[in-house]
Amino acid sequence: MQPAVRRERVIALLVRTAGVSAIVLLLMIFAFLMLQGTPALVTVPLEVLAGARWYPPEGLYGLTPLLGGSLLVTVGAALLAVPLGLATAIFIAEVAPRSVREVLKPFIEILAGLPSVMLGFLGIVVLAPELYRLLDLPTGLTAFTGAVLLGWIAIPTIVSVAEDALDAVPRTYREAALAMGATRWQTIWRVTLPAARGGVLTAVMLGVGRAFGETMAVVMVTGNAAVVPRGLGSLFEPARTMTATIAAEMGEVAVGSTHYHVLFLIGILLFVISLAVNLVGASVVFRARTRAERILS
Amino acid sequence: MRASAWARLVRAAAPLLLLGSACSAPGESNGRPPPPATTIVNKGSDTMVNLALAWAATYQPDHPEVLISVTGGGSGTGIAALINGTVDLANASRRIKPEEIEQARANGIDPVEFVVARDAIAVLVHLENPIEALTLEQISAIYAGTIDNWSQVGGADRPIVRLSRETNSGTHVYFLEEVLRLGRPDDPTLFAPDTLLLPSSVGITAELAYNVNAIGYDGLGYVTEAMKVVAVGESPGGPFVLPTVETVNSFAYPIARELYVYTAGEPSPEVRAYLDWILGPEGQSVVASLGFVPLRD
Repeated sequence: MQPAVRRERVIALLVRTAGVSAIVLLLMIFAFLMLQGTPALVTVPLEVLAGARWYPPEGLYGLTPLLGGSLLVTVGAALLAVPLGLATAIFIAEVAPRSVREVLKPFIEILAGLPSVMLGFLGIVVLAPELYRLLDLPTGLTAFTGAVLLGWIAIPTIVSVAEDALDAVPRTYREAALAMGATRWQTIWRVTLPAARGGVLTAVMLGVGRAFGETMAVVMVTGNAAVVPRGLGSLFEPARTMTATIAAEMGEVAVGSTHYHVLFLIGILLFVISLAVNLVGASVVFRARTRAERILS
Repeated sequence: MRASAWARLVRAAAPLLLLGSACSAPGESNGRPPPPATTIVNKGSDTMVNLALAWAATYQPDHPEVLISVTGGGSGTGIAALINGTVDLANASRRIKPEEIEQARANGIDPVEFVVARDAIAVLVHLENPIEALTLEQISAIYAGTIDNWSQVGGADRPIVRLSRETNSGTHVYFLEEVLRLGRPDDPTLFAPDTLLLPSSVGITAELAYNVNAIGYDGLGYVTEAMKVVAVGESPGGPFVLPTVETVNSFAYPIARELYVYTAGEPSPEVRAYLDWILGPEGQSVVASLGFVPLRD
């Protein structure tokens, strides 16, 4: 066998191993989660798990407030981050002159690398007291404070990925729209953005996914009170997310106890929710792509 | 094998782990390898972490034969580590629970208890809160959620924001048993669900510094100038007592407790010597200098 061919084979094998190991690792993580989490379904009655009170020292394992807290904070973050992030991406890709764009994009990508502990610390010493004063809240440690920080964390991801998607839309689309008398805004809103829909949706999903799974900043600023939210109005009250619960309590539990298994059950819940979001997102992206291909063919 | 690897690791990191240990390595100066050292791994209560660090930093320079590493994490974390056999000393601001002793025995470990200091839990409010004194019943009702406004205990017409440490904190458990439930073992009272559970004493300090609505509690050693200590009375007629060394040692202040160190079985000679030093005059003067209450004898 020629050396070049052998090298080719080895490289192919390495690449394949890397690809397969990612899947195997994911399956192993899932199997481990299932193994550690499902005993909770046996030892804790379902009506306790569905309950409204989370207080492990007394055997109260109600997951409703944690699920509600995570959704509340994530929805709040998405409401802030999606419009702002997409607007910034459109500005950078479609409106800003080349020179501005070349400065702006790297800076936003640096923002994505900020450690979330640092943001959490800023949240405790600056954001929480300011929100308390400005909005006249009983306390500054609320779901909204967490949503602002998470929005801040999600925006760089959304901007970066969405800008790439907008940039990838062929020039000819814009030229055709403008030639037919569309204004610049009409071109952006009716042509460029729909053409980049798949990438933009991926951007939103990645950003919101990052917010949903973020832990450190949330532990520090949301107050961690396990209250069942009653709607978007509860944004201005304290909340306790699933990730914060695992982070705050995992260090303390005895391995193999009921509390330990319930924390893993929360892990399964987190895993299933992000999987569901990804599947829905992927199917939409897939549909969008096939339609685009139909138009082009 | 494992212990020596540990010792080498801790030796390498000792100057980082422990202020004061840098000047404590004799033998290194004359080029010879230092004598073999026993590592004392010490973990547990966040209330006691500064105390444990101060003990270690004071003891270490005169005792090069041991290396002491100190970490926090909460009383439950320390005891869990003792049960799992990963620490020599577990610090706890609460007494070990019967089920924890059972788990330890199942692992072949028999925990031995040492009372090393006393601590008072101070009830804290913002400096501008006009409240000067509260009865135990009032504090219990505030934290249980039946009192929701400062005007109900003679303060301004403002909502009450309850602050607590996380449930893995010994301070949390002690406060639940002795204040919320007023020492009645079968009382089912719980913290109000909207109680903010903060992961550290710093979180409580930061919130009390700006929030006029807040009430919190923490060990006497964590009280700073930026907050106001409330006098506590056992009955509405008083007397209302502020926590000080004198009132704790005379048992006049009602919310005081003992601080514990647990060892796995009878301690080794090195650990025994360290514990004797802690219980002696030098160790107890460190206790006093950190705002805790030294044992009287």
